[in-house]
Order: sequence, then C-alpha cells, then structure tokens
Amino acid sequence: MFAEYSSSELMSIFAMQGFAGLILFSVFVLMALGLAIIFGQMGVINMAHGEFMILGAYITYLVSNLFSQHFPELFSYYFFIAMILAFFATALLGALVEWGMIRFLYHRPLDTLLATWGLSLILQQIYRSVFGAREVGVTLPDWLMGSYQLSETIEIPVNGLFVMSLAIAISLAVAVLMYRSRWGIQVRAVVQNRPMAGAVGINTAKVDRMTFALGCGIAGIAGSAFTMIGSTGPTSGQLYIVDTFLVVVFGGATSLLGTIASAFGISQAQSTMEFFISGSMAKVLTLLFVVMVLMIRPQGLFNLKVRR
Amino acid sequence: MLQQHLRTLMGGKEWVGFLILAVLLIVVLPLTLDIFRLNLVGKYLTWAFVAIGLVLCWGYGGILSLGQGIFFGIGGYVMAMFLKLESSDPESTKIQSTPGIPDFMDWNQLTELPWFWQPFDSFLFTIIAILILPALLAYIIGAAMFKRRVGGVYFAIITQAIAAIATILIIGQQGYTGGVNGITDLRTLMGMDIRTDSARYFFYFVCVALLFVSLFVAQYIRKSKLGRLLVAMRDKEDRVRFSGYDVASFKIFVFCMGAVFASVGGAMFTLQVGFMSPTLVGIVPSIEMVIFCAVGGRLSIIGAVYGALIVNWAKTALSESFPELWLLAMGALFIGVVMAFPNGLAGLYSAHIEPRLLKLLPKKNTPAAPIASPVKEGTSS
Repeated sequence: MFAEYSSSELMSIFAMQGFAGLILFSVFVLMALGLAIIFGQMGVINMAHGEFMILGAYITYLVSNLFSQHFPELFSYYFFIAMILAFFATALLGALVEWGMIRFLYHRPLDTLLATWGLSLILQQIYRSVFGAREVGVTLPDWLMGSYQLSETIEIPVNGLFVMSLAIAISLAVAVLMYRSRWGIQVRAVVQNRPMAGAVGINTAKVDRMTFALGCGIAGIAGSAFTMIGSTGPTSGQLYIVDTFLVVVFGGATSLLGTIASAFGISQAQSTMEFFISGSMAKVLTLLFVVMVLMIRPQGLFNLKVRR
Repeated sequence: MLQQHLRTLMGGKEWVGFLILAVLLIVVLPLTLDIFRLNLVGKYLTWAFVAIGLVLCWGYGGILSLGQGIFFGIGGYVMAMFLKLESSDPESTKIQSTPGIPDFMDWNQLTELPWFWQPFDSFLFTIIAILILPALLAYIIGAAMFKRRVGGVYFAIITQAIAAIATILIIGQQGYTGGVNGITDLRTLMGMDIRTDSARYFFYFVCVALLFVSLFVAQYIRKSKLGRLLVAMRDKEDRVRFSGYDVASFKIFVFCMGAVFASVGGAMFTLQVGFMSPTLVGIVPSIEMVIFCAVGGRLSIIGAVYGALIVNWAKTALSESFPELWLLAMGALFIGVVMAFPNGLAGLYSAHIEPRLLKLLPKKNTPAAPIASPVKEGTSS
C-alpha cells in the first residue's frame, strides 16, 4: 500500500498524520487525565465523564457568545476566562455528584458505573432541553486561526498547537499536584489504605470529594479545549467515553505516565492508519489491538506494583 | 432420579412464581392485548432472555458484562441473514444488477455472495450457529480473561470495548452487513410470511416457550451445586479457589450460558420485529440490558423477566407521550435502582411484600432462603 507514494510524499503524509495524531493525543490526554484520577486513583467508574466534558464545552460556547456580544474588544482572550469558568463549574458539579451519589458507592465499583450512566442520560437530556439538539460551535479568535507552513506539503494549524501546549501544561500541573504536593500525598494515602489514612488524621471524605472534583474539573478544561477542534452536541460525550476508558486501562489505571504513553500510542496508531485504510477500520484495528494486549496484560502497560 | 432433578428445579414455593408468570404470558396477555401490543410484549420478552443471562453472570457470578448486545446481535444477525437469503431469491430480486443476492450488497457493488453468508442458506445451520457462535465468542473472551483472574471493572470495560468494536465493524462493512440500516425487509421463514398476524401469534408463543426453557435452565443452574459455587465465588473468590475448584471454568461456563440466552433472544427479536440493526448491538443497548436485570432484581431470574417487561413498557409509553421525558426517567431509574434498591423489584418483594403475605397464610415450617444478598462486589478484581 506504500508503493504508489514517493518517499518524500510518504514523509509528509507521516508528518501530517503524525501531527493530526498529536492533536488527537492531546484531546485523549486531557480527557483521560481526569478519568485516570477518578478511576485509577479512586476506583470509581465515571460514565458521565463525557458529559462533564460537554458541560465545559457548553460553558465555553456561552462565554464566547457573551464576549462577542458585550465585550468585542476583549474577544481574543475570552478563551482563558472560559477555561477557568469551565474548570470551576464542572468541579463544583463533580463535588455535588460525589456528595449526593458516589460517596455511598465506594465499596461497589460496578454500581458506580450504572449510577453515573444514569447521570449521563439526565445530563444529556438537560443539554438537549437547554441548548437544543443541534451541534454548536464557537468562533475562534484571530490568533488561533491559520497555520504555520513548515514545508510545501506540511502545515501545522495553530489551534492544534494551542491544544497541545494546553495538554502539556495540564499534565505537568497534575503531576506536580499528585506527586509533589501535600494534598497529592493525602490522595495517594487514601487510595492505598483508606482506614489507615483515616487513622493518621487525614479527612478521607474531604480528600475523596476534592479528588473527584479535580477529575471532573479537568474534564471541563478538556471540553473547553475541545470546542477549538470540533463542534459540541448533547451526545458528543458518549462518543469518546469508551476510547478514554481504554486509554486509561491500557496505560495501567494507577499510573499517570502510563495514561499519557497509551494515549500517545493509541492516537498515533489510529491517525497514521486512517490515511491508508478507512477511518472506521483504523479504529476497529486499534481497539482490537488494545483489547488483545489487555487480555494478555490485564493490568495495563505501566502498572504500579502494590501489594494488596 | 428424575424426581430429584425436578426438586432441584422447583424446590420450595418457587414454582408459584413460575406459574403466575406462565399464566400472565400464556393466558392473560394474549387474551387482553391486540396483536400489535402482544407483538410489542414479545419484543420486550426477547430482552428478558438477556436479562436472565445477566442474573446468572452478574447477580450470581459477580461478572458484569457490558457486551451482552454483541451476543444479542449475533443471534439476531444470524437469523436475519437466513431470512434475508430466503427473501432474496432470484425471482424477487430480478431488478438488481446481480439477482439472487441481498439488496444492500447489490447497492454496494458486490456481485457475489460472500463466503460467510453462504452456509446460512440452511435452516439447521442457522439454528446451530445461533447456539454455537455466541458460546464460542464468549468462551474466547471468558477464557482469556478469567484464566488470568481478570474480573470486575476491567472485565466490564473490555466487554464494552468489544461491543464498540462490533458496532463500528458492522456500520463500516456496509456491503456485508447492511451498515447502519441493518438487515431489513425480511419476509418469510421457511415459506411462512412472518408479517401476518397469525405468524406473530405463533412467534409470540414460540418466544414464551423458549423463555420458559431458558428460565428452567437458569433455575437449574442456580439451584445446583454450580449456582452455590458461583455465589461463593462472587463473595470470596479465593476461598473457592483454595478449596480446589477451578474458578475460571465455572465463570467461563456461566458467561457462555448468558451469551447463548442472549443470542436466542436476538434471534426471536429478528423473527418478531422483522429487522436487525447495529443500534441493538452497541454500548447503549448493552447497558440498557443491564438495567432491565437490575430493575427486576439481579438475584431473581423471574424478576429479570418482569424487569425487561416493565422498563420497556415504560419506555414505549413515555416516549409515545413525552419523548423528552424518557431519558430523564431512564436516568433517574438507573440512579434510583442502584442507590435505593440494589436488589431490584424482586428484592423489594422479598423484603416487604412476601413477609406480609406469609403472615396471612397459615403457619408452616418454611426453610430459610439459601441465597445471601450480594454484599461486596468487585472485591475479586
């Protein structure tokens, strides 16, 4: 299948598809980081994670409308405000959900799956009632449009670069928070041994709520970033939830580094194959490969070795 | 010997529940509903097959499969392939560029019947495939997972991913599977028109009969030593393993049984509804199937039938009159069942109604129920 392309064409195909893969990778990382915190650290299966992401996207949409109508001179910077708002709104909703639902289900992980699936259905219907069934998109400010021309055949869109830098920044922030801060130590202590963590004076209920809220908040940022690449509809969240779970599980649920590595592998494989075979077959092959690997190595690629 | 088996099957007062269900499905509903509604009930019952399998896998075995839609789809598609081939004889497809192949293949520029479609000319092969194919797939998945002691959450996510793969594959391979539309325009089964009222009555009763066969098989498994081992495994897998049992093969067996039930349900779905499409295979229907089981009661096979009937009836009724309310109601149902009554309707019945009924009856020496409620799930992962 490579025969009909010259070597320089192949190079630019791989570069372009590789870059498209990098954007997909950034989206995966942003989505999967929140899930890795909630699922990997807390053991809660949050099927409503996609809907939390969509909430962030809708907030970005609202903020962009607000700015274009009332503060057109500040329109270039609306994105940063939207992102902060999206983070806090989804984190707040996350804390609320944890308080009302998840905290009763910590010892029944499979039931969190069903309950959060119910939540996702409700959220979808709310989005549909409030924003309508049609997909909405945001207008990008000028500085995010256009692309850099690297060579004659290779060009790189600016919004993709922005999403990528955002993914890097958020990953670094999460890594620092989890592995260098006092709060991160508390989270990991609660995850490893809840009664013992409680016994040494950690408020486990509060740590749980904050962790869940942080995971949801990152989903909100992911949704906000997502508006720059695609449009948002009430059911968009469901499209990504399986991919995201596979990314988290494939990388080893307890390892943040593993999550990033598996997001990279899956997105690159998918976008490179997409050029040569149809998109749906590329997806099938990627998913199939991941499932095969998981059957051989169920704990994922990078697994924290813990005695249980 | 036979008597002993029968006692295993229907020990104690459980036969009353089966009798009530039988009277309801065989006498009451056919007499009170017109054929359109009865056909709907028949459609709901096809999901009851899946729910019964889930009671065994999830309620008793503690393995939650989010991919039951695949097995439902295998049964449904296999049956649909047979019916499609029967209805695309050269005579009725003579306007196509290649007569004698299903219409969607013709639209997708296929000129020859693919090799994997060819055996489905035979009814016997179709029936065998409905039973064997899902069991085979379930065996492969189950053996790969349970031999490595993967369970709980990971099993759920992987089965879900397989359901996603199946849908993408079906939609992508339009020429072989009919794509998004699925396999439609099915007309006859062995010369009998499946769209007439008499055929619908016939399929309804076949469906009920098969449902009772499944119920009896499930009841037998539940009451036998295997059923008790399953509960023991669900509650503390290591203890069973240390007692010298091969835990994995029990789990594989029960997962295969669930798959076969689901497949039979799928085949009956195609016969009664007249089409099969990928919207019945993917993640969303698979999770809905779990909720049928959860609403009915994850520990009660009869409850599973009622769960499938009630949830689907509510879905039809609500989406007829308030289409936007349906998702809200369904979501609330999910949350309510999990939070408030994890053992479903059957749990409510045995906790609240049964004791009061028993008070009314003359006192007899009733043995205590042998099956404990699920305490902790997912501890086996």
